[in-house]
Amino acid sequence: MHPALQGLMTIAFGVGGCVGYFYFSNLFLDKVLFPARGEHIARNIRRANMVRPWLFLAPALIALGLYLAYPVFETLRLSLTQRVPGGGYEFVGLDNYAQMTAEGKFWEALKNNFLWLLFVPAASTAFGLLAAQLTDRISWGNIAKSLIFMPMAISFVGAAVIWKLVYDARPPGTEQIGVLNALYIFFGGDDPQAWLTLPFWNNFFLMIVLVWIQTGFAMVILSAALRGIPEETVEAAIVDGAGPFQIFFKIKVPQIMGTIVVVWTTITIVVLKVFDIVFAMTNGQWETQVLANYMFDKLFRANDWGVGSASAMVIMLLVTPILVWNVYNARREMR
Amino acid sequence: MSSIAGQKSGLVWAVHLSAAVLVILWLFPTAGLFVSSFRTADQIATSGWWKALFPSQQNLTLRTAAPETQVQADGLFVIEGSLFEEGSSSVITVWGTNAKEIDAYQPGETAELRRGGRLTVEADGSYRLEGEEEFTGRRGPRVFVTAEVPPEFTLANYEKVLISGGATDNMAKAFFNTLTVTIPATIIPILVAAFAAYALAWMEFPGRALLIAAIVGLLVVPLQLALIPLLKFHNEIGIGKGYIGVWMAHTGFGLPLAVYLLRNYMVGIPRDIIENARVDGATDFQIFTRIILPLSFPALASFAIFQFLWTWNDLLVAMVFLIDATGETTVMTKQIVEMLGTRGGNWEILATSAFVSIAVPLIVFFAMQKYLVRGLLAGSVK
Repeated sequence: MHPALQGLMTIAFGVGGCVGYFYFSNLFLDKVLFPARGEHIARNIRRANMVRPWLFLAPALIALGLYLAYPVFETLRLSLTQRVPGGGYEFVGLDNYAQMTAEGKFWEALKNNFLWLLFVPAASTAFGLLAAQLTDRISWGNIAKSLIFMPMAISFVGAAVIWKLVYDARPPGTEQIGVLNALYIFFGGDDPQAWLTLPFWNNFFLMIVLVWIQTGFAMVILSAALRGIPEETVEAAIVDGAGPFQIFFKIKVPQIMGTIVVVWTTITIVVLKVFDIVFAMTNGQWETQVLANYMFDKLFRANDWGVGSASAMVIMLLVTPILVWNVYNARREMR
Repeated sequence: MSSIAGQKSGLVWAVHLSAAVLVILWLFPTAGLFVSSFRTADQIATSGWWKALFPSQQNLTLRTAAPETQVQADGLFVIEGSLFEEGSSSVITVWGTNAKEIDAYQPGETAELRRGGRLTVEADGSYRLEGEEEFTGRRGPRVFVTAEVPPEFTLANYEKVLISGGATDNMAKAFFNTLTVTIPATIIPILVAAFAAYALAWMEFPGRALLIAAIVGLLVVPLQLALIPLLKFHNEIGIGKGYIGVWMAHTGFGLPLAVYLLRNYMVGIPRDIIENARVDGATDFQIFTRIILPLSFPALASFAIFQFLWTWNDLLVAMVFLIDATGETTVMTKQIVEMLGTRGGNWEILATSAFVSIAVPLIVFFAMQKYLVRGLLAGSVK
């Protein structure tokens, strides 16, 4: 069967199934289980209204529980077990973690992840703030905004291809087709460099790709926050003789600090999960390993589910503070 | 703002200039890919893409037509034609017949060939080769030309990648596979989330606040944790690797954001509307389908765009839950990664494939940017 046809049929089934579930379960509740007639009419209506929220929530709760909540605990369990040859698992305590921390690649991945955590959110937020401030003051700002925002729609894999072309190196003496090497030679560099194979610095060449993608996101959010600043505060500062830089750093930035933190943490989470860029551009060679790619290596190349799960738990551990902070904020807002 | 006071025109110019620099910097890499996808392999390998937009001075080694095309006229053997392909507007500045003297003749001059015969080459590339004796050999004599070549672009790469390419080059199947993954994986979570969001926003029941908090927490759980447990689960219930698995996985991973965005939006719908409907005897189901859903269209649209971009661009979930050993169900991102590995030097194929895969998200992005921005502002947590 043609995949397009199969896709269409599934859409029909999936969507029809969903609509059917909600419609018929609701009908069943009202007409059969607790019909709004007869002697217990009031009680039946009350009961139906108690059950209905759970009817509406059920598919979402099942999917969330099964696809996000359960895996957290199952991964924790797997990280403490080991596959026994011939099937089954045995409990091995912290052996997987010990094995993982004995590996140089793991520490390399952890170190690189911290580099990413330091650089990417900071650079994206800074560029985003700059772009927001600049584009808010010019007539063609909206066009500029959508062009800076555009990489957001590009896949990490597409971005990897785009930037591999930028970093491309040709043998010395021939014409360079990568922009970076062409500039390097133009400004008097000696031999073209294979940028992605230079240990330590290559991490930054990978990070630039993510900064390029995330800056637009930071810009959109921060631009909205900047526009929300009360005009009077800026006017008062001008009257008091503040210069444009003073206004920006001492009046505007402090007022949008909350938004900056939100942008920063959101990008931090993206960074912790970053996988495709490293996978497609270097696959962790030349000392560019990161945790998510290390985990993928362990799970699907080495087929070592114990250590793979252990490294997944490390990612979870790094995300947890943000998780707690988000939940805390959400609960405070609801009150 | 500029009307307030104290804005110097120098500063205004600096702002325009810095904004322009920033935009160019951000656009430049994508432009490189776009331009490269319209160039031939030779062009990409010999000059930077930024030079493709301007006429370039090139040294070319060309040949006249083969001797078998010669005709006899007035007792002379003649081969006529053009050195360039039809429709080319290159202009020859100098030419020669010997690799050591490629600038021996001006256009319009006539050269005596060593093998016999006289060759005249005009600036537009047309030539006339004549001689008293019959030309022999399989190929025509070489001509070395220095020419001003105008920018030249081709659609051949797209033709190859979309239609005629071999198994590893052809993206048509992967394109349909990606579409097959994306559409159900976008629509199903919207439906499921909309009902849940309505319940969380407008229905009273114990434990509601706790559920909302749990969903905010799940927003940031890395999907990496879910890979192995869910792969095991899919194998146990017998769906293994395939479309159903990947649809379910995308639905599960997209739900927290969907519920969160939609609930936040639905809470903002005025209470009066809903209470009036209740007084008029509308059931919850009717309120939801007739009032809430139509009013929530902007939020539904913004989530749909997020989920579409995310599923279309996804690599990891597809690799784990969809693509089996046969590779029949490969998606575009996976195929491009494979090309990067095996055909890292074939930039014309790589650039074109990558552009085919990012074209659809770009169209969606520019068409529906308004909703995307709105969604970002409403739920900047994921």
